[in-house]
Amino acid sequence: MALLEVKNLRVEFPTRRGTLLAIDDVSFDIDEGEVLGVVGESGAGKSLTGASIIGLLEPPGRIAAGQIRLEGKRIDHLPYEEMRRIRGKKIGAIFQDPLTSLNPLYTIGRQLVETIGVHTELDDAAARKRAVELLSEVGIPAAERRIDSYPHEFSGGMRQRVVIALALCANPLLIIADEPTTALDVSIQAQIITLLKKLCREHKTAVMLITHDMGVIAETADRVAVMYAGRIAEIGPVRDVIKAPRHPYTEGLMGAIPMVGHDVERLTQIEGAMPRLTEIPAGCSFNPRCPKVFDRCRKERPELIQVGSTSHAACWQFAKEASGA
Amino acid sequence: MSKNPLGVVQPLSLLNRILDSDIFYSFSRSPVTVLSAIVTAVFFIAAAFAPWVAPHNPFDPATLELMDAFTPPAWEADGSTKFLLGTDDQGRDVFSTIIFGSRVSLIVGFSAVMFSAVLGVGLGLLAGYIGGWLETMVMRMADVQLTIPAILVALMIDGVARILVPVHLRDVMAIYVLILAIGISDWPRYARVTRGAALVERNKEYVSAARVIGVHPIKIMLGHVLPNVMGPVLVLATIGLALAIITEATLSFLGVGVPPTQPSLGTLIRVGNNFLFSGEYWITLFPSLALVILVLAVNLLGDWLRDALNPKLR
Amino acid sequence: MTAYIIQRVFQAVAVMIVVAFVSFLLFNFVGDPVDNMVGQEASFEDREAMRDSLGLNDPFVVQFGRFLSNAVQGEFGISYRLQRPVATLVSERMPATLELVGASAILSILLGIPLGVYTGIKRYAVSSRVILTLSLVGVSLPTFVIGILLIYVFSVILGVLPSFGRGEATQIGWWSTSFLTVSGWKAIIMPSVTLALFQMTLILRLVRSEMLEVMRTDYIKFARARGLSNRMVNFGHAFKNTLVPVITIIGLNVGSLIAFSIITETVFQWPGMGFLFIQAVGFADIPVMAAYLILVAVIFVTINLIVDILYFVVDPRLRVDRTVSAGGQE
Repeated sequence: MALLEVKNLRVEFPTRRGTLLAIDDVSFDIDEGEVLGVVGESGAGKSLTGASIIGLLEPPGRIAAGQIRLEGKRIDHLPYEEMRRIRGKKIGAIFQDPLTSLNPLYTIGRQLVETIGVHTELDDAAARKRAVELLSEVGIPAAERRIDSYPHEFSGGMRQRVVIALALCANPLLIIADEPTTALDVSIQAQIITLLKKLCREHKTAVMLITHDMGVIAETADRVAVMYAGRIAEIGPVRDVIKAPRHPYTEGLMGAIPMVGHDVERLTQIEGAMPRLTEIPAGCSFNPRCPKVFDRCRKERPELIQVGSTSHAACWQFAKEASGA
Repeated sequence: MSKNPLGVVQPLSLLNRILDSDIFYSFSRSPVTVLSAIVTAVFFIAAAFAPWVAPHNPFDPATLELMDAFTPPAWEADGSTKFLLGTDDQGRDVFSTIIFGSRVSLIVGFSAVMFSAVLGVGLGLLAGYIGGWLETMVMRMADVQLTIPAILVALMIDGVARILVPVHLRDVMAIYVLILAIGISDWPRYARVTRGAALVERNKEYVSAARVIGVHPIKIMLGHVLPNVMGPVLVLATIGLALAIITEATLSFLGVGVPPTQPSLGTLIRVGNNFLFSGEYWITLFPSLALVILVLAVNLLGDWLRDALNPKLR
Repeated sequence: MTAYIIQRVFQAVAVMIVVAFVSFLLFNFVGDPVDNMVGQEASFEDREAMRDSLGLNDPFVVQFGRFLSNAVQGEFGISYRLQRPVATLVSERMPATLELVGASAILSILLGIPLGVYTGIKRYAVSSRVILTLSLVGVSLPTFVIGILLIYVFSVILGVLPSFGRGEATQIGWWSTSFLTVSGWKAIIMPSVTLALFQMTLILRLVRSEMLEVMRTDYIKFARARGLSNRMVNFGHAFKNTLVPVITIIGLNVGSLIAFSIITETVFQWPGMGFLFIQAVGFADIPVMAAYLILVAVIFVTINLIVDILYFVVDPRLRVDRTVSAGGQE
């Protein structure tokens, strides 16, 4: 049994023009200690998936169908209080902008101690000690002194380390990292990614790493899911998906990334743009832009079909190769 | 949208576009807003066509008869349908005075808002686009003035201006002085918003490009910044209208607003107040109600407009 | 820290000087003070003599200096209308205004802030919508209309509360208070409610909108993501962050109260500074107007100063010494 199981997740937004389908029948698993990368363009539904899992989907958005299971138990429609107990303790989250993630009026020590206090039985003094340990673990020098500083007294990279410390306070089983490095300088990005990797391996924490940066995925993830217009286009081990992409969208993505050792005349450019939620085409949502499109693509929507031994791609090309549904 | 034979998309007529827009949708779905719009429209029309709409002309001494004074509203024992809402101490029909009074209130209110908006947007554009010490000075003035309640500013300006105007011109000038006073009291909000928008546009690349090409800064400001700022300015203006009407009514009530020859709703309330204790409540009550309903309607419209145009709430 | 305060005090003094200047212009050059003091029939020589004795022919700067030193000592000359020293009039009327403003401030803040916080947190509840609608009506009711309505109901129809005046006031040294008598309490109820109502709805709406802004921030989202309880999120984090703008709101509120007290005092014939001022405007009683201008400016500037200092205490971001930039190279 996987740590996290998402089955047929469907997230809707009722609007005046009718109901918008933001996430359409998405399924995937995350095992203990595994790093699953979720990659895709802005608007593909990656962040919403993360928000749904941790129960912070903003109304009027709602989970219309599907199941989310953590350690086998359903968590998708839990009452607020029960979900709150899971948050932080079992599932943690890190967001994009470390500056706005921290309350500017409180010291980081205060924010750490209160979080530790919620999830453990430690008293204030013990919690403070633990906070200092955590800060050292994430690489804040002179943690004893810095613990009483305010967020604005740190640089961006340091702040994100504090955010990571906060998320790891209670040793959650899974962390949802939503674009954790996008707001940081390139040089700092590498540091943060390395830190994240190290900590998660040490604590055996699973990570759902949401990003639009394939490079980060290549560095960090075990498996990767490629999302497009609210659906998963391809999912498989990182090496396979990057070296041998199956879905034409993934092929396009890989072709658009300049890589050392690959001499190409032109970087691939995928024609057109990802459709808006109100204008998703019938059949396979990628069909208007797909270089390999054929008739079936325009009429029927493909499920994830097994390709090879480890990957799945939602593409009719592989229907013939399918060895049983 | 329709497609002509060449496959080119053509927008439908303007009317259809308006009816189909998000704004109209949110408008028609909110009964309160529609009601407010109707009420406001009624007031405007009645005020604009006052001489024809009002059953009597309360300011023509020839038509007044002291015998009619203090007639109660039509539904009371001594009332008559000739004077729907009763008459005042001079025999004037209260309903008619309300209509004419609204006219004065609306004229002053509108003019003041126009003044504020033009002054504020103008200064804001200059401050935002030119920057430097001009910007600092304008914004500082705006900040300081914002800490002082508008009514106080209007009162001060009104008070001082009255003294400066020679006695024989006082009545004639009073309305202009009033518009000036209320107008000056509200410009900072417009300036703030416009300057903010100008700053944002100023930093955009197409503005730098236009400057390099040699497009005149005024054209840039008017052509690009102004359209972007119209939405928020409209919201400010609607709420500002309610504020201006209240301010004018207050000043007139205090006796330092419109001259007695052109009474506004505020003046009517003031006059009627004298008869509250002797039981002729209608002379002050109905103008008060009219004032409140008008301001409430405008406020509701402004509220709706602000929510409809707020991108964050969509 | 001290640099911040000194800077603020400096600005305050600068504003005061500007206001004093405007007041001075008003005082000395608008209308002719001599005309107002001497009759119509006075001869030219008499007028010139008067001008000299009043110091009106002295150089500009000297006159301004004299005005300033007089102002600082509270000396504003004689009221044209009442023929009594302005300073005396002010000291007689100030307690009445201050007590009224004080009572209204307490009322509007005690009711406005909690209601604003409540409607911000429980955004979609029915009770919030009701309160919000009522507040919209409140904002549309001009202060004087509220006053008239209250007078009509409680004085004319029910006859339980007085419609004018302050009731019996007790003199304690220089101050006179109406809080020590029953009639005093009865008299202050309607005026303070009138004054407070408009302010309260303003505060409510402002606090609510600040609360809504805060609830949408990333740090609130992150706080929830860390599993903090609703109480900790709403009151520990959200409320404290709302405090900063709320302090401004309260500061503005006191200023607003002073402005609107003019209206309330007029409606209820409350013997305060505001009523005096309105009568002065109607009469072109310049010494009183000038004095009021300066007095109000002093109050405003002081309030702003206090607000600025409070900001400093609440928001640590302002405490960073300007010479050390925040977030060094790490």
